[in-house]
Amino acid sequence: MWMLLLVPFIGLLWVPFYNFTEPSLFGFPFFYWYQLAWVPISSLLIWLVYRSRTPDEAP
Amino acid sequence: MANQIEWVALSVFVFFFALVTVMGFFAARWKSGPVSAHLDQWGLGGRQFGIWVTWFLVGGDFYTAYTVIAVPALVYAVGAYGFFALPYTIIVYPFVFAVMPLLWKQAHANGHVTAADVVHGTYHSRGLELAVAITGMVATMPILALYTYSSGLRAPALIAFVKDIMIYIVVLVAIVVVPAKLGGYGVVFAAANDAFATKGGLTGLTLKPSQMLPYASLALGSALAAFMYPHTLTGIFASKSADTIRKNAILLPAYTLLLGLIALLGYMAYAAKIAVPTPNDVVPALFQALFPSWFAGFAFSAIAIGALVPAAVMSIGAANLFTRNVWKSYVNPAISHAGEAAVAKITSLVVKLGALAFILFLPTQYALDLQLLGGLWILQTFPALVFGLFTRWFRAEGLLLGWAAGIIWGSWTAWSNGLKPLASIELGGASYMFYVGLGALILNVVVAVVVTVIVGLISPNRTSVTARS
Repeated sequence: MWMLLLVPFIGLLWVPFYNFTEPSLFGFPFFYWYQLAWVPISSLLIWLVYRSRTPDEAP
Repeated sequence: MANQIEWVALSVFVFFFALVTVMGFFAARWKSGPVSAHLDQWGLGGRQFGIWVTWFLVGGDFYTAYTVIAVPALVYAVGAYGFFALPYTIIVYPFVFAVMPLLWKQAHANGHVTAADVVHGTYHSRGLELAVAITGMVATMPILALYTYSSGLRAPALIAFVKDIMIYIVVLVAIVVVPAKLGGYGVVFAAANDAFATKGGLTGLTLKPSQMLPYASLALGSALAAFMYPHTLTGIFASKSADTIRKNAILLPAYTLLLGLIALLGYMAYAAKIAVPTPNDVVPALFQALFPSWFAGFAFSAIAIGALVPAAVMSIGAANLFTRNVWKSYVNPAISHAGEAAVAKITSLVVKLGALAFILFLPTQYALDLQLLGGLWILQTFPALVFGLFTRWFRAEGLLLGWAAGIIWGSWTAWSNGLKPLASIELGGASYMFYVGLGALILNVVVAVVVTVIVGLISPNRTSVTARS
């Protein structure tokens, strides 16, 4: 599960994945909406990892 | 219009600014503990901040006024390249989620207040502790805020609520109303595209091939450096539990979404046909052109207050470092808890006055350049602070020499390139540009590994570990 945390690094740091304008969405070129889309996706991935881990004892 | 004073805008600005300053002084009584009696109270707000306070506090010092002004300015000037702040502020959170709870646990279990405390606790090396402390203090120097002197961290935490709510209102209005006035986001992007086509050079709605590696390396280097700063670490250490930090790693990206939309203000300026002498004027000029003056005043005070919150937390972080890792370690080891809090208060004032003098007597360009070098420097404390959370293999000597190599090579390279954040390397006949800080970090780690191996061969026994506590 912890590997999920690496996914945003791959998706965002490999620039050739998204360095173009088409297809656009609501007027946003692909370069922009693709990166903005990673915000909720990253939150979701972190939440999945959070949910799967065993909670630590209350300090 | 430029010569005329906007009275309505100015009065709204003064009102909100005064309101928040008064709140800062009252904050000392909020969630009241004996503020002057213990550094945990003054410097970490009593280590009791829950999910929402931490969310506002860390959000407040991470997404600063600098972001609201500088990111749109860069996007206005160069286009897609300025957008690196977005991947940077996304990939920072998986890192925060994985690493910062461990750091919090270590700090909480041993009563550590600063990064340098943690490093000393792990490696028992006064030299490494001092290196981390000085890097932290120097990297955060060029900023200011006076009023935290009396109320410590509670003031920025309380003010951060107001500031964030104000900035949220400003931003939500801006990203909805501005494109509507200008004819939609499609028009905004088209206008920016035309402007960049005329401008030429390394600008445009997407990256030029030569900009891809700088873009990715700046994003990665900035993300690794972001939570090494004393002010962001102060936000981490002040939280109530490791779980508070984990939940914040899930919730803080909400700010990143706003940041991405704020960055687009730079393009909206093209659609609004605004021409400014320097890119940093682009957001104020846009607001003044499109909003009624009372709302422009509200927006400017939100931005000004936005500058005070991180400045206040920075001076507290730097004061904690000085008190714990310079004063206590070298001047007065027997200092009491109340004494620590007193030294930290005076130091935070000195830090702010120093920063004020800095701003007044040095050209602004120096402050901007120093901010760049600050990021590069603080990144060099990464191995000393983070590696120890996962392995005890590294030796203090290695980490100290690695730190020195990274700082020296990084500063020298940035300096010889005219303080640009990029360096280039020749590989197989092609030249690649990348972020200097990340290059320095790689050198730092390589030196640390080599020296650790050599020291391990010379003295296989770790004598120093039990020498001090």
